[in-house]
Parts: sequence; C-alpha cells; structure tokens
Amino acid sequence: MNGTFTAANAVLAIMWTGLTAYALFGGADFGGGFWDLLAGNTERGRAPRRLIEHSIGPVWEANHVWLIFVLVVLWTSFPIGFASIASTLYIPLTLAALGMIARGAAFAFRHSVDQPLLQQLFGASFAFSSMVTPFFLGTIAGAVASGRVPPGIAAGDVITSWLNPTSILGGVLAVGICAYLAGVYLCADAAGHPGQPLLEYFLTRAVRTAVLIGLVALAGIVVLHADAPALFDGLTSRGLPLIAISAAAGLSSIVLLVRRRLAPARVAAALAVTAVIWGWAAAQYPYLLQPGLTVQAAAAPAATLHAMLLSLVVGAALLVPSLAYLFTLFHRPDPAPEQ
Amino acid sequence: MSRHGVDLAWTTAVTGLLADPAASDLYHARMQMALSLGWHIVVACFGVGFPAMVLFAEWRGSRRGDPDMDALAHTWAKAMGVLFAIGAVSGTILSFEMGMLWPGLMERFGAIYGFPFTLEGFAFFIEAIFVGVYLYGWSRLPTRIHLLSGLPMIAAGVAGAFFVVSANAWMNTPTGFQIRNGQVVDIDPWAGMANPSTASQSAHMILGAVMVTGFGVASVYAVGMLRGRHRRYHRLGLLVPLSVAAVTAPIQIVVGDWIANVVAEHQPAKLAALEALYHSGGAAPLSLGGIYVDDHLVGAIEIPYGLSLLIHHDPHGFVAGLDRVPPPLRPPVNVTHLSYDLMVGIGFALLGLAAWLGWAWWRRRDFPRSAWFLRAVALSGAAAVVALEAGWVATEVGRQPWIVYQIQLTRDAVSTAPGLRYGFYLVLAVYLVLTVMAVYVLRRLAGAHMAPIAPQEPEPQHQPTGGSSL
Ligand code: HDD
Ligand code: HEM
Ligand code: HEM
Repeated sequence: MNGTFTAANAVLAIMWTGLTAYALFGGADFGGGFWDLLAGNTERGRAPRRLIEHSIGPVWEANHVWLIFVLVVLWTSFPIGFASIASTLYIPLTLAALGMIARGAAFAFRHSVDQPLLQQLFGASFAFSSMVTPFFLGTIAGAVASGRVPPGIAAGDVITSWLNPTSILGGVLAVGICAYLAGVYLCADAAGHPGQPLLEYFLTRAVRTAVLIGLVALAGIVVLHADAPALFDGLTSRGLPLIAISAAAGLSSIVLLVRRRLAPARVAAALAVTAVIWGWAAAQYPYLLQPGLTVQAAAAPAATLHAMLLSLVVGAALLVPSLAYLFTLFHRPDPAPEQ
Repeated sequence: MSRHGVDLAWTTAVTGLLADPAASDLYHARMQMALSLGWHIVVACFGVGFPAMVLFAEWRGSRRGDPDMDALAHTWAKAMGVLFAIGAVSGTILSFEMGMLWPGLMERFGAIYGFPFTLEGFAFFIEAIFVGVYLYGWSRLPTRIHLLSGLPMIAAGVAGAFFVVSANAWMNTPTGFQIRNGQVVDIDPWAGMANPSTASQSAHMILGAVMVTGFGVASVYAVGMLRGRHRRYHRLGLLVPLSVAAVTAPIQIVVGDWIANVVAEHQPAKLAALEALYHSGGAAPLSLGGIYVDDHLVGAIEIPYGLSLLIHHDPHGFVAGLDRVPPPLRPPVNVTHLSYDLMVGIGFALLGLAAWLGWAWWRRRDFPRSAWFLRAVALSGAAAVVALEAGWVATEVGRQPWIVYQIQLTRDAVSTAPGLRYGFYLVLAVYLVLTVMAVYVLRRLAGAHMAPIAPQEPEPQHQPTGGSSL
C-alpha cells in the first residue's frame, strides 16, 4: 500500500515536471507566435519575425512533445483521471488540438511556398493559432483546478466545465504567461545579435506584459474567491509560499529587465511561472480531481507504476543529454551564417 | 479507396441507428478515429523509413564526393522535415482522441494499454530532437558528426513504431491481466506488450513503412523521368529508394503469411472475416474477391483447399468460419474481406515490380528503361499507401465489434458526452484543408519551379548542386 503511495507521488511529480517544462518551453513557443501576430504589417514586422523564427525553428518540435509526455504519463498512471478530463473537456481539447495542427503545419509550410499571399496566410494562421491554443489549454487547467471535472466518463458538464470565470481566467493567464516568457527569452536572444536592434522592442513588450499579468492575477484573486473556493483556500494556505515566490520572482524579473540584466531576468521569469504551476499542485493535493478523487485512489496498480518509474528513469537518461545537446547547439550564435 | 469502403458499409449500418443519438455518436467517433489514424499513418511511415534513406544518401555523397547524392540528401532532408512536422502534429490529436472518444478503454485498461505509448513518447521525443539537430546542424556540424547525429533518428523512428504497434497488437490479442468479478486485476504492462501479435504486427508495419517510403519517393522521380528528366540525379533518385523497397517487398509477403497464421490462431473471427469464410471445416477454399450477402460469398474466385493449405500446410486442415461466431459478434465481412484482398493483391503486384527491377539489374546492371516500367513505378507509391490503409482497415474493422478482442465492446468504450459528431465534422474539415496544403507544399518541393527552400532551416543553406528540380 505504502509502496503504491510513494510510487504514485513520484510519478505525479515527474508528470508535473513535464508539465512545467511544457509551460516553460512550449509556452515560450506559443508566445513567439503571439508576438509574431502583433508585429504589425509585413514591412514593420520583418525584423522581429525573423528573430522569433530563428529562436523557435530548431526546437519547437521537441518543445511540443512535452505535452505528449504529460498525456501518456497521465493516462497510464492515472487512467481514470485522464478518462474523466478528456471526456468532459473534449470541446476545448479538440479546439486546442486543431490549433496545434494549424500552428505546426503553418510553421512548417511557411518556407515551402514562395507566393507572398500564401506565406502571409500561413504566417497568420501560425500566429493566430499560437494564441488560441494556450487559451484553450488554460481553460482546461481552470476547469480541473476549480473542481468542475468530476471523476467518471463525461461526468461533468461539457460546456460550463470550461466556460466559467476560473477557466476564462486560466485561459487569459496562459496566453499572458506565454507572451511574457517569450518576451523575456527574446530579449536575451536579441541582445546576442550585433547592434541589438530588437532589444528595446522586446524589452518594452516583456515589461508591459509582466505588469499586465500581475494585474490579471490580482483580479484573479477575486474571481477565485467567488468561483473556486476550494482552490482559493488551497492557494492561500499550503500554496501560499509558492504563490509568494512567484510574485516576488515576477517582480524581480521586471526590475532585472529594466536594468538590462537579461540572463537573470530569464531565470526569474521561469521561476515565476514554475512557482505558479507548483502552487496550483500544492493547493490541490492530495486531490487529482476535486472533489473526491485522490491521487492515491486514481493511481494505476503498483506493477504499472513501477514499470513507469523504470521507463521514466531510463528515458530521462537518454532524453536529458539529447535535449541539452540540442539546446547548446542552437543557443550559441551561428558560427558561420553562410548565405 | 479503402476509407470509402468503410464509409459505404457504415452508411447502411447507420441508417438503422440514426434514430439513436448514442449509436450515431459511436459511428462518428469511429470515423473520426479512422480518419485521423489513417491520415497520421501515411505521414508517420516516412518518419520510420525516410531517415535511413536520407542518411544513406548523405553518406554516399560525402564519402565518394558525389554531388548528385549530396543534392538528393538535401532535397530529401527537406521533405523529411515537412513530413516530420505534420506527422508530429497529426499524432498529437490522436493522443487526445484516445481519451475524448474512448474514455471507457482508457479508464479500464489505461494502466496496461497506455504503457507502450509512454515508451513511444520517449522514442518520438528523441526522434524529434535529432531531427532538429540533423536538419539545422547541417552547416554547423562536421560531416562525420552530422552523420552520427542522424543515427538516433533511425533507431527512434523504428522503436516508436514498434511500441505503438504493440499497443494495437494488445487490442487484438490482449494479455497481461486477469478479469475477476468484473475487475481488471493482476496487471502487468510488460506482459501486455509481449502479446502474441506484437512481433508479427510490428515487423509487418515497419516493413510496410519502408515500402511506402521507398515506392513513394521512387514514384516522384518516375513521374519526372516520364516527363523527360533523365539526368543522373533523377536516375539515382529513382534507383536508391526503389531498390530499398524492392528488397523489402518479398520479405513483406513472408511476414504477411506469418501474420495471417497468428490471426488464425488467436483471432479466428477476424480470420473468417478476412477470408469471408462462413462454413467451418476442413478443405477450406481460398476465396478472392466477391461480395458477401446472407452468409454467402457471391462472385469470388475460389482456390480449392487454398485456405487450409495456407494456414495448416495441409489440404484438410480445419479452419473456423463465421458460423462459429454469434451473429451480433461478427465483424462487417465485406469491408474486412475486400480490404484484405486489396492489400494482398497489391503486395503481389509490388513483388512483381521488384522482380522486374531485379531481373533487369541482373542482366544489365541497370533498371528497365521502358516507359511501362516507369509508369508502374509512378503508380507504386500510391499503391503501397493503399495497401497500408487497406491492411489497417482489415485489422481494425475485422476486430469489431470488439475494441479489445473478446474483452470490451467498442460501444462500451465510447464516450457518452453529447455532441461528439460535431467534433468529427470539425476534424474532417481541418484534415481536408491540411491534406490540400500538404499535397500542395510537397508537390512544390518535388517540382522544378523553385529551389526548395528549407522547411525547417531558417535560411536557405546548401543549394542542391546537381539540379534543383525534383
Ligand atoms: C505496404 C503495405 C503492406 C503490404 C504490401 C502487405 N501488408 Fe498486410 N498489413 C499492412 C501492410 C501491408 C499494415 C501495415 O497495414 C497492417 C495493418 C496492421 C498491421 O500490423 O499491419 C497489415 C495487416 C495484415 C494482416 C492483419 C493483421 C492483424 O489483424 O493482426 C494480415 C493477415 C496481413 N496484413 C497479411 C498480408 C499478406 C498475406 C500480404 C501479402 C501479400 C500483405 N499483408 C501485404
Ligand atoms: C497503433 C496504431 C493504432 C491504434 C492503437 C489504434 C486504435 C484504435 C482504436 C482505439 C479504435 C476505436 C475502437 C474500435 O473501433 O475498435 C480504432 C478504430 C479504427 N482504426 Fe485504429 N488504431 C491504430 C492504427 C490504425 C491505422 C493506421 C488505421 C488506418 C486506417 C486505423 C483504422 C481504424 C479504423 C478504420 C477504425 C474503425 C473500426 C471500426 O469501428 O469498425 N487504425 N483504432
Ligand atoms: C502504426 C501506427 C503508428 C506509427 C508507425 C506511428 C509512427 C509515428 C512516427 C514515426 C512519428 C514521428 C513523427 C513523424 O516522423 O512523422 C509519430 C508521431 C506521433 N505519433 Fe504516431 N504512429 C502510429 C500511430 C500512432 C497512434 C495510434 C498514436 C496515438 C494514439 C500516435 C501518436 C503520435 C504522437 C503523439 C506523435 C507526435 C510525437 C512527436 O511530436 O514527435 N501515433 N508517429
């Protein structure tokens, strides 16, 4: 019994780490598309779009697999949790999936056509879906966090489970977080380019977004208090230290940005987002689905959890060096940008 | 095509069911699953088969200083990049659908059926990483390191296919658990992966992926040669993938025989449907084609003792027919049987093409130069895709009405959420657009109009030196 308990928590923690990685890496990818969308007409937007593209290009596919990772761990280790979430929330999930298809396909196709009209069409579809997808993912998080996904197949309301104040808050915050992360990361990328023409551009935008998210989060307190009391209680008790860390890290990222300390600003921004995600987990634990379904009760049998832990360890041993190689290879400036 | 056949069968089945919204949602859920899987699988085949071919071309190009091979490697890498990207996005929705459409399956069996998908997730993660390294690292890495960085792509692509097919094999021949008092107990996910169908199905699938890639790429160059492009670049572009596919074709038939024997042993109801056999007994004939009505097969070509011989290597071997299966548990026979015959027919046709190539090569160290040969190669890519789709339709429809053979009915696994059908319409529309776009972009990559701009590379890097067309 105790063995299952530990194993379930270990798998959960790994899954949550995967979710955090998705938010930090995949989120920044989405955010890149967000800034692409707002970059203005073709002429004005060319320079920032190029930088965005340069930063996302080699890594977006790998970043995107984190989501798959979270899903497969969830469905194998907490089958009832996955079945309940996916069946009740099939509408926002379908919309998010279609957004991902539009986004990935448009990004890949953009270079393979030469007519400006098609390029613009693909570009617009990439940018638009980059905004819509995290919104729907955020509504899903809001649905789970506010206890609107009861355990059972399609046991929740397929509409109001994700169209409600907490979900909307989740959606807006998700889009904001993506834009913020991307803005901060892109500042550092821009600083690596000779002359730093885009540094100011992304700096202003990152700072503004950070302030805006702060305001949304403050308003969110009121929303959660009224709409998701259980979550609110959790966030203000067990989750409180993490929420405080998040707020502090967010504020310091603004200060660091303004002072042009870009690398520490990146770290602070990532920490702010990480702390929110784990704050949510802390607030909701021990429930996988509120009310009533604990992590323990939802967990797969011990044999499965052990097989999962084994493959997660072996997989990580293969994955982490590969990922590190990918990122170091591409996060050094291009040695010989040949034309 | 095959999917159309499925459609027809269901249109009839569904007219009776439409009154019942739950049944109609089941129908739409099945169609949505079939559509997105049938789409994904075509692209995914290139993720399994292409890396090795690209790497081979790069290796030959660099080792022998062969500019044509080098140019082929670059062009193929770009196509691989596009295909990989759409493979990845079309795979994502599949994993959502597992829960959106079949929560009953995931809830009950996720702990066992879900496990290979975790391993698959790692495999594709690694594949995605190294595809990124390979495509973008071309100008950054020394050739030797670049070639080495391609190897994990090959390994991960094949491993991923193995894992995911083992999940499908488990649906066909589930193992690794017990059912006691209606509860699923004694779960062992490793034993689930080691089910009786995994070995034959995954071998057959990986070979199928290589055939689709090989014939598919060769057919592009065959079209080009029919249009008068005969440089060495085009000849190599045809010969390399075609040789790979030609070597695979005979092996695939041997594996096909193996897989049929596994089905006969472990899924007798499916075998009966594949062969449209109603009467159980010895001396069972092999029936090709025909339409199955009221437990009779009309208009088929019969080979006496054929089936008994194939399954038991004995003309009087006993083969179970559909009469052994209670009517409500019989799969739709026509779709299953005709898809199966289509796959096998194409398998032998492709074997013939491979033999033609082999003969000419043996005689003259060159491929046949007749226009008919080129026409056949031009068709072979589409034919291999049709065989692949038909094989899957036979497998999946032949398992019905079970989602987990003899354990769980498809209708008990489907989601009870209202309005599933609208999801299907939406997905259908998006896939139509995606298909048009993908075909358009790939045609441009293959076409002579432009030097292919990299799908994944931010700047054009190496321009193919040996000719940018095709
Ligand atoms: C290029 C593709 C291709 C070709 C030429 C063939 N097949 Fe195939 N076949 C497939 C591609 C395929 C597949 C990849 O689509 C399937 C679906 C499920 C699977 O594992 O492989 C399949 C399934 C499948 C099944 C059902 C397996 C099951 O339900 O478990 C049988 C019995 C065969 N095949 C037999 C054959 C035979 C006797 C062939 C000889 C000519 C043949 N196949 C050629
Ligand atoms: C590893 C790969 C695959 C897995 C795990 C898988 C899984 C499933 C599942 C869960 C269903 C729904 C339940 C059912 O109808 O039995 C299904 C149905 C179906 N799948 Fe697959 N599938 C795989 C590959 C494919 C491929 C490549 C195709 C290509 C066309 C395909 C075609 C279909 C069809 C036609 C159905 C509907 C069958 C029916 O309801 O009559 N499948 N599959
Ligand atoms: C026989 C069946 C299948 C084969 C051979 C196959 C193969 C592949 C391959 C090679 C890729 C890498 C992308 C590419 O190269 O195009 C891929 C991606 C993917 N597949 Fe499939 N697949 C199959 C069925 C499925 C099924 C049934 C699912 C889920 C239920 C699935 C989920 C995915 C996902 C989520 C990805 C994206 C991973 C990434 O981003 O790299 N696949 N598949």
